[in-house]
Amino acid sequence: MEAHAWQNAIIALLVAGLVGALVAARRSDLWRAAGHELLRRRPIALAVVGVFVLIALFDSVSWVGGAGAASDQLAAHKPRSLIDRMFPSDYKERSYSAPLAGAEFYGGEALTYPGGHLLGTDILGRDVFHLTLKGARIALLIGGFTSLIVIPLALFFGISAGYFGGRVDDAVFFVMSVLASIPNLLLLIALIMVMGRDPVSVCVALGVTSWVGFCRVARGETFKLRELDYVQAARALGASEWSIIQRHILPNLMHLVVITFVLLFSGLVLSEAILAWLGIGIDDSWGQMIDQARDELSRDPIIWWNLAAASTALFGLILAVNFVGDAVRDILDPRTLREDQ
Amino acid sequence: MSGAVLEVHGLVTSFPSEGGRSPVVDEVSVEVHAGEVLALVGESGCGKSMTAFSILRLVPKPGRIDAGSVRVAGRDVLALPVAEMRSLRGSDAAMIFQEPMTSLNPVHTVGAQVVEAIRLHEKVSSDAARARTVDLFDQVRIPDPAARFNAYPHELSGGLKQRVMIAMALSLRPKLLIADEPTTALDVTIQAQILELLRELQRDTGTAILLITHDLGVVNELADRISVMYAGRIVEEGTRHQVLGSARHPYTQGLLRSIPSLARRGEPLEEIAGVVPPPSEWPAGCRFATRCPAVLERCAAELPPEVRLAEGQLARCHVVAREQAAG
Repeated sequence: MEAHAWQNAIIALLVAGLVGALVAARRSDLWRAAGHELLRRRPIALAVVGVFVLIALFDSVSWVGGAGAASDQLAAHKPRSLIDRMFPSDYKERSYSAPLAGAEFYGGEALTYPGGHLLGTDILGRDVFHLTLKGARIALLIGGFTSLIVIPLALFFGISAGYFGGRVDDAVFFVMSVLASIPNLLLLIALIMVMGRDPVSVCVALGVTSWVGFCRVARGETFKLRELDYVQAARALGASEWSIIQRHILPNLMHLVVITFVLLFSGLVLSEAILAWLGIGIDDSWGQMIDQARDELSRDPIIWWNLAAASTALFGLILAVNFVGDAVRDILDPRTLREDQ
Repeated sequence: MSGAVLEVHGLVTSFPSEGGRSPVVDEVSVEVHAGEVLALVGESGCGKSMTAFSILRLVPKPGRIDAGSVRVAGRDVLALPVAEMRSLRGSDAAMIFQEPMTSLNPVHTVGAQVVEAIRLHEKVSSDAARARTVDLFDQVRIPDPAARFNAYPHELSGGLKQRVMIAMALSLRPKLLIADEPTTALDVTIQAQILELLRELQRDTGTAILLITHDLGVVNELADRISVMYAGRIVEEGTRHQVLGSARHPYTQGLLRSIPSLARRGEPLEEIAGVVPPPSEWPAGCRFATRCPAVLERCAAELPPEVRLAEGQLARCHVVAREQAAG
């Protein structure tokens, strides 16, 4: 199977998993109430996040050929996503042009699509609006995929350390301390140097360097849960360690998982922007657009649309996610529970 | 009465302290027969709960069982492999805890938790386990049991939660039920209902109960025999009438005098001076020596002898020994 077909399959699985999780959560009164509360408190932020997610999903479904296929051979055999198909396949100019301009920024030659580039074009003549939309997928990939690495890893080590204590705890704590004593950025750079700069490697590198925080939280919480009466009661009823972890520890950590996911997400997307600035980011990410725009700021007259588009998109997503995260924490964290509970 | 369901002999459970390990349960021996209620009575911190945890081998670390033997339904608990121990817990010996408020997991429905307990030990379908749970809820007098099945713990009152805990403990028809202060956290009116329920269930099922409490009112309601514990040791034991009616050990007498009574209205309530000292400060001889009103010179240094007072009644005390010798 070709790469884009794999990708389509993974997206289908992801959507199915997401829908499954939502359906499962709806069955629990607790989660359903939390969902309604979130919708009530942060409708706009949720809508913004939803739009980003939709764009990313549309950009992930791609196929070869079809309507609007390019005249040239190369483009005709390139898989194009739903987002790509919203634009003409040869939607390119030769170089910079300002938003909605009719002519090139330097030289003033007429454009192929005069007035057609909502946010102008970059140095290679690519449409900035198109690039910005495509950046959403990379951003969500970084945040989502890395969280998928971080959370299971942190849960596994955190719960093992907290539940079994003793030697296991010592070992996990040692690993965490070692990781915490290496400057994060240097470790990140080293890992990316070793593994390469493709999206998966960058996500793995980010995952390896950011699981310690949540691991510590999970460990502490498990430590507390382990001593609770209902865990003791389960033990007195003859429950095995595994079934106690599964039935009593894990479900009581789920609110932390959700909170961590949302808060981790924005941090990871921002980290990628920093990596891009250092030249080791993922291709076509907003971070890379911002990085490229660095030089353009020193031109006269200034070329601002590149930077503005990527920064606004990044800022919008992070702000919305943080708003949602804040509300999620308020709703789910027992320490900030409302009076009526 | 048939054979003993629970036999504990010379049980020693210790925790580390500054000067080595201190035994918080020291040479404790109890026996509970089928259909009998034995009350283990004493103040807070005297090792009652640790005795219970030792019986199920659930002593929290760094505590450790050092010596003695525990047999539940004829099986040597301290020698069982872990997997068999697990299957014994719940099915042969179950436990009810002090705090119904926190003994149920807030994220699962109460019904699901009882079903889980059943399915831990028996291979039954979830429908069958569910039906049995509803029956159990009915048996422990939970009103509208089918609807309560899907309730979350926070939706139930303390009394109902304790009923759920009792249903869970009885779900596998254990031969021994350990009730650790089952009514302490409840209102007085609810306490009476729960005690009534325990007595009925005990009569119907013939389960042996080890009742752990500091409340002599509860003891009077439920117990057949009583063992009084002080600072890790059993100081006096006998039938309910013997211990409540003619207690000889100064500690038991002190406990009995400190029950509030309407007959002595207006008078200050008597109390036993001081508190149970921490294990590291226990005297070498009789541990009650530091607080005993009738203390003798030899009490602090020499272990008190076991004095047989009547059929089934024992006291471990120098004072009682002297009185007994004097006739």
